[in-house]
Amino acid sequence: MSYDVATVRKDFPILSRRIHGKPLAFLDSAASAQKPRAVIDAVSELYSAHYANVHRGVYQLSLESTEMLESVRDKAAAFLGVRDRREIVFTSNATEAINLVAYSYGRRHVGPGDEVLVTHMEHHANFVPWQVLCEERGAVLRVAPIDDRGVLLLDEFEKLLSPRTRIAAVTHVSNVLGTVNPVREIARMCRAHGVPLLVDGAQAVPHQRVDVGALGCDFYVFAGHKVFGPSGVGVLWGRAALLEAMPPFLTGGSMIESVTLSGTTFAAIPQRFEAGTPDIASIVGLGAALDYVQQIGLDAISAHERELLAYAESRLAEVPGLRILGNAPHKAAVISLVMDDVHPHDLGTILDREGVAVRTGHHCAQPLMERFDVPATARASLALYNDRSDVDALVAALHVAREVFA
Amino acid sequence: MSKPADLARSEPKASEGGSDLRELYQSVILDHNKRPRNQGSPPDANRHAIGRNPLCGDRLSVHVTLADGVVRDVGFEGQGCAISKASASLMTEAVKGRPVAETEALFRAFHELVTSDPRSTPDTSGLGKLAVFGGVREFPVRVKCATLCWHTLRSALEDGHVVSTE
Repeated sequence: MSYDVATVRKDFPILSRRIHGKPLAFLDSAASAQKPRAVIDAVSELYSAHYANVHRGVYQLSLESTEMLESVRDKAAAFLGVRDRREIVFTSNATEAINLVAYSYGRRHVGPGDEVLVTHMEHHANFVPWQVLCEERGAVLRVAPIDDRGVLLLDEFEKLLSPRTRIAAVTHVSNVLGTVNPVREIARMCRAHGVPLLVDGAQAVPHQRVDVGALGCDFYVFAGHKVFGPSGVGVLWGRAALLEAMPPFLTGGSMIESVTLSGTTFAAIPQRFEAGTPDIASIVGLGAALDYVQQIGLDAISAHERELLAYAESRLAEVPGLRILGNAPHKAAVISLVMDDVHPHDLGTILDREGVAVRTGHHCAQPLMERFDVPATARASLALYNDRSDVDALVAALHVAREVFA
Repeated sequence: MSKPADLARSEPKASEGGSDLRELYQSVILDHNKRPRNQGSPPDANRHAIGRNPLCGDRLSVHVTLADGVVRDVGFEGQGCAISKASASLMTEAVKGRPVAETEALFRAFHELVTSDPRSTPDTSGLGKLAVFGGVREFPVRVKCATLCWHTLRSALEDGHVVSTE
């Protein structure tokens, strides 16, 4: 059966909005995705009928909320191909998940003269925590280079794995270039050097099937809001053996085993890493989102986006003076645009007036902007609900921009 | 469900979309974007400051030759959108030769113009060419683009440090 994007679009109430009198062409899912009715309803249903704090009360509502939340741990585990549900830790977003590893694992294992390896295409979320860690510990941050197409130079990456490398952190999919990194290959190299690998999957999981076991990494993180769930929840997957050996990141309620005036012992994983009341509703909403994308099928979503990306690239080639940043052979549906004589910020304003929502700016990837010698780009990102009319609206709006700046 | 009033207001009708854009990108602005005036530092500049807009990555430096409380010469360099470049260019033309107190008054009037209610008729007296930035009122997220150079100029005239619009 072919992918029925019209039906998918009906699941997202916001897509019927008009912006400045024009139909909304939402092309900023890489920043945050829109929410299907199923997610909105799940959050509403929790608050309307089941809500209480989790992991605490013996009363019925607390049990229901706890069950609903814990069932999402199972869903997240299945979503990533994980068998051991204790390996799934809920955080508030992907940034916090990376910080958890940088603080807990990093501060225990990275010392003076040690090295941490990242790539030149990281989002600040997978760059700054490691930079700060290295500065604090007197360690060295190594940055694997990329080529002009935005492809990671694997040979260079491997050369940078040294006996002093304590951890490597790599994005699965670049939020600016769309590059899909060869994570299996990277994981194989890291394993051969005894280096644990963290993969930032924020831009991958909304668009492709992910099996962390098959990838061979050691930590994997993603954000709920980018996979059509609510904001306020992120997921960290870590190998149980690693997580069990890690000290807590945040401390306080929910994460303890026993507290006395003289000391505290900590709960087992994953609770050890879940201090305080979590964002219960967002976690429940994430569960609905994971159900939703799996119901449509991630392989079908990938195929739809690949087809749409090809269409977009051919249509965008018609626009004079337009350049696409990032031309990796294996590329996700993220299109960073640079137009001659038109600053991305101006482009963003003009596109908005045409109902086209794109992200403009440095995309939290300033080292990458510097690498390509541009201050900013206008980024159109596609998701499961986008169709050719969105692309057509983008192309038409780009022509308007050319006219304004003619 | 009723929309919040300000949300409804920020959503002009279809027919207004194009005219808003023309209002924002007036020919004077496009001209100064393409051919910015007073680029670079005056040879005898004695004050300078850097302004940044972290939202879009814009970076701007303003260089001033200040003597006897008068902006004798002024120039700028940096990269940015059409609004920020044109604003810097037109600002340098507007403040050159003026006493510091007058540049302050001009900034206040300019700020008032770009942040006033789009439904009101702005008072552009005394603003001269700077009145072309009236269209910015319709685009609240672009106000920072138009004012970055002015904040930077003020910083240069005061003590000269890095300013940020965030």
